[in-house]
Amino acid sequence: MRHLLSTEDLSLSDAVRILDTAEEMAAVGEREVKKLPTLRGRTVVNLFFEDSTRTRISFEAAAKRLSADVINFAAKGSSVSKGESLKDTAQTLSAMGADAVVIRHWASGAPHRLAATDWIDAAVINAGDGTHEHPTQALLDAFTMRRHWSKLAGTPSAGADLTGMRVAIAGDVLHSRVARSNVWLLRTLGAEVTLVAPPTLLPIGVEKWPCTVSYDLDETLAKGVDAMMMLRVQGERMNASFFPTTREYSRRWGFDDNRLRALDGLGLKDTIIMHPGPMNRGLEISSAAADSPRSTVLAQVRNGVSIRMAALYLLLSGDTREPAAHAGTTRFHSAENTSAHAPKESH
Amino acid sequence: MVLSQADIDRALTRIAHEILESNKGSQDLVLLGIPRRGYPLAVRLAAKIAAADPTVDPAAIVGQLDVTMFRDDLSHQAMRPPYPTQLPRTGIDNKVVVLIDDVLYSGRTIRAALDAIIDLGRPRIVRLAVLIDRGHRELPIRADHVGKNLPTSSAEKVRVRLAETDAVDGVPVNEVVIEATA
Amino acid sequence: MASQQQDAGTGAYLIRGAAILGGAPEDLLIRDGIIAARGQNLSADGSGVRNATVIEAAGLVALPGMVDIHTHLREPGREDAETVETGTRAAALGGYTAVHAMANSTPVADTAGVVEQVLTLGRTAGWVDVRPVGAVTVGLAGEQLAELGAMADSRAHVRVFSDDGICVHDPVLMRRALEYVKAFDGVVAQHAQEPRLTAGAQMNEGEVSAVLGLTGWPAVAEESIIARDVLLAQHVGSRLHVCHVSTAGSVEIIRWAKSRGVNVTAEVTPHHLWLTDELARSYDPVYKVNPPLRTDADVQALRAALADGTIDVVGTDHAPHPSEHKECEWAQAAMGMTGLETALSVVQHTMIETGLMGWADFARVTSTAPAAIGRLEDQGRPLDAGEPANVTLVDPAARWTVDPSKMATMGRNSPFAGRELPGKVVATFFKGHPTVLDGKLNTPYRWLPETSDPAGNTGTAAAGRS
Repeated sequence: MRHLLSTEDLSLSDAVRILDTAEEMAAVGEREVKKLPTLRGRTVVNLFFEDSTRTRISFEAAAKRLSADVINFAAKGSSVSKGESLKDTAQTLSAMGADAVVIRHWASGAPHRLAATDWIDAAVINAGDGTHEHPTQALLDAFTMRRHWSKLAGTPSAGADLTGMRVAIAGDVLHSRVARSNVWLLRTLGAEVTLVAPPTLLPIGVEKWPCTVSYDLDETLAKGVDAMMMLRVQGERMNASFFPTTREYSRRWGFDDNRLRALDGLGLKDTIIMHPGPMNRGLEISSAAADSPRSTVLAQVRNGVSIRMAALYLLLSGDTREPAAHAGTTRFHSAENTSAHAPKESH
Repeated sequence: MVLSQADIDRALTRIAHEILESNKGSQDLVLLGIPRRGYPLAVRLAAKIAAADPTVDPAAIVGQLDVTMFRDDLSHQAMRPPYPTQLPRTGIDNKVVVLIDDVLYSGRTIRAALDAIIDLGRPRIVRLAVLIDRGHRELPIRADHVGKNLPTSSAEKVRVRLAETDAVDGVPVNEVVIEATA
Repeated sequence: MASQQQDAGTGAYLIRGAAILGGAPEDLLIRDGIIAARGQNLSADGSGVRNATVIEAAGLVALPGMVDIHTHLREPGREDAETVETGTRAAALGGYTAVHAMANSTPVADTAGVVEQVLTLGRTAGWVDVRPVGAVTVGLAGEQLAELGAMADSRAHVRVFSDDGICVHDPVLMRRALEYVKAFDGVVAQHAQEPRLTAGAQMNEGEVSAVLGLTGWPAVAEESIIARDVLLAQHVGSRLHVCHVSTAGSVEIIRWAKSRGVNVTAEVTPHHLWLTDELARSYDPVYKVNPPLRTDADVQALRAALADGTIDVVGTDHAPHPSEHKECEWAQAAMGMTGLETALSVVQHTMIETGLMGWADFARVTSTAPAAIGRLEDQGRPLDAGEPANVTLVDPAARWTVDPSKMATMGRNSPFAGRELPGKVVATFFKGHPTVLDGKLNTPYRWLPETSDPAGNTGTAAAGRS
């Protein structure tokens, strides 16, 4: 693993490796000293072209717990700079010696561009790109689901996948990077995914995705769901004819009190309710549902730090980081020489 | 073969007795094995200590200490999840912690282990027990208890195989092999 | 490869043993701007041939000079992207002897003054015949008709009008434009893109856009405009040209319209004959173009339509961009690809080597038909004695690897970079003068000053520059 750009191309072994590593990172979070020296001397840049305080502080906490130096770079896209800015910014960060770049961008594929070009030689972590992917969110969701699923089965979560788990994801799939990343990752982990949305908020081509699609939330719940994930409805969709009114949306596709009660009636006592946040209470999720014991909203936030620690650790460790073919090779060369003299079992 | 199964067993028995002797009994003892092979050695040592002192519950004094996140060679580590760190229920504060590993070489693993311990608590004493000391230290670290001193060239590889971690075809093999790299 | 026996000074060329339109080998004698003779063993019967430079053309194919119905030369206004000089050098190297320069320059080519300026720039350059396209609406704003008649009557003799880049989406305005150009035998070349259905569109809407999270450009946004426009063209009895058709559905509509006798012509780009939206998975904006790359089913339908005549011409939609407009995020990047120097090879690869077309068909879709649409009387002519000597010599057996940094165009945005392509232009004759020889740029044709005839026939005496 050189970069973490999407879950679509994440193998099962890499996915489980990240989840397992996150388990150990979570244990650190429960200690008195919540810090590891692992990334001492490494520089992690949070490059945010789009505001997201929640994601940024989660990555910041993760990097700091691993003792990395963190630089926050809020390059909120000025349209004047017209795309030049990504290249220039990347080259600037490269010149400053960034080891990892956590990038959030409003444009789908921007992290891929960073990773594919020679603008910067650093591990790239996608922290959400446009309406494309948000892999660490999907990983923290899967981590949360796996802990729940393993607890129900009475087996350790380390090494486990999500085979047989029924997951429903409801809301604005069309514009959701969370939904995309979750669909690919959950498929890889063996879960059965159902997307529930108004037809206007599903992409053309969704029928090719490895999941079931439904327009009916109640019918989906009635078929049995182990994890119910609600997606945020973006404010700007409300005036673009994707649905008539928020009231109608919430009645048909929101997780309201009636549906919360229905879970009990359906005998789904172990079903969890998830939300990536921030929530629109009363729109896609009722307060009672968000605050119920079924809700994993806060656990997801907590697990986010562990997942991001795991991602940073795995990307910056290991001998998978090939030396760059251009400037800055010396530090890799000297490191390689060291490795030749120091066998792995240097006890 | 440098150490046979019987050699390993005798060495561990002696180390168990040395530990008890230097600690003047089993009071406050905690054995922390360093993954992978230090942990099964710690379990074996705990069993031998319990055999010598029936008041000891071997499971209650053994733990595992992962040092992956404390190493100084991040970019050369295999990309794998760290092993879990598991402390005995009693914790390590004011305990006599004996670190257990299979081979002592550069000393860097033990340096990392000392850092890891400090983040977990404050032991009264930390000691070190190893099955093999092959020399070539790069740090001022020495073992308190050694199964066998084994002079080696740094071009050689020392690999310990234990039944718990290296069983082949279901046949437990306890041995120490020196493999000279070509 | 052609070998020259230099015998300078006469300006006459004997092309020996070229396969005319891919047929049997014959000789062509070019002199005084025309094909002076065509036949077997012209060198044997002496006098007129004696001082001609001989080009050994065994194994080469002789074609009428290619005519591009759709070129962006960027000048005036975006000389950082391309100039008439660099763009027409690229055209000559690509085998072209005429290009239609699209109107979306800065200022827009919406007045007689601008189209005459472009005409003059083209003649000054001298590499090909530059025929300005006039804008349909003032400033491409889609609100008010530009002075189409003034452009038609200008020295540039504009016959093709287009707001290309932007769709003339107002149905009343489109109807009026179609009607109005009948007065001077003009044609409206429509960029078919329903604007509301494509707001913010980044790539073809389908399976791939769903995965990539890029806003979709649905096929229906093209097809609905084409359907409307062919009905309008039929209703007002005018001539319609559809630019860069990109979908199988558009092909069906055009086929239907032609069967009903609608006077519609259609164009396809080389890139739409080959590339698909799968390439967008790289997020490399070199594959960003408008209309977008579609699916393989669309590619196959476009090839079939070009072969059966439903689509009349290949137009490059050559759209050079400065590198900073491509070295960025996909959504920020400019749309467009270069095409002049790869068109012949791509069409050979996609249409000829697949057995869908022969070289005679190639001549039809790259020369005869586009010249007819643009009403270029001295282009797209048969390679017969007495005809204007606009000739392209191609080595169909050559193979080359596309390296945008070595191209004559200033644009580096070739989607074919790194691909090995068949077919290489060996020589291009423009008005009897070799603009390209031995696969390299030679010298431009020199127009006589004060030429007023856009067909340029009075310029023949000035052929060549030593």
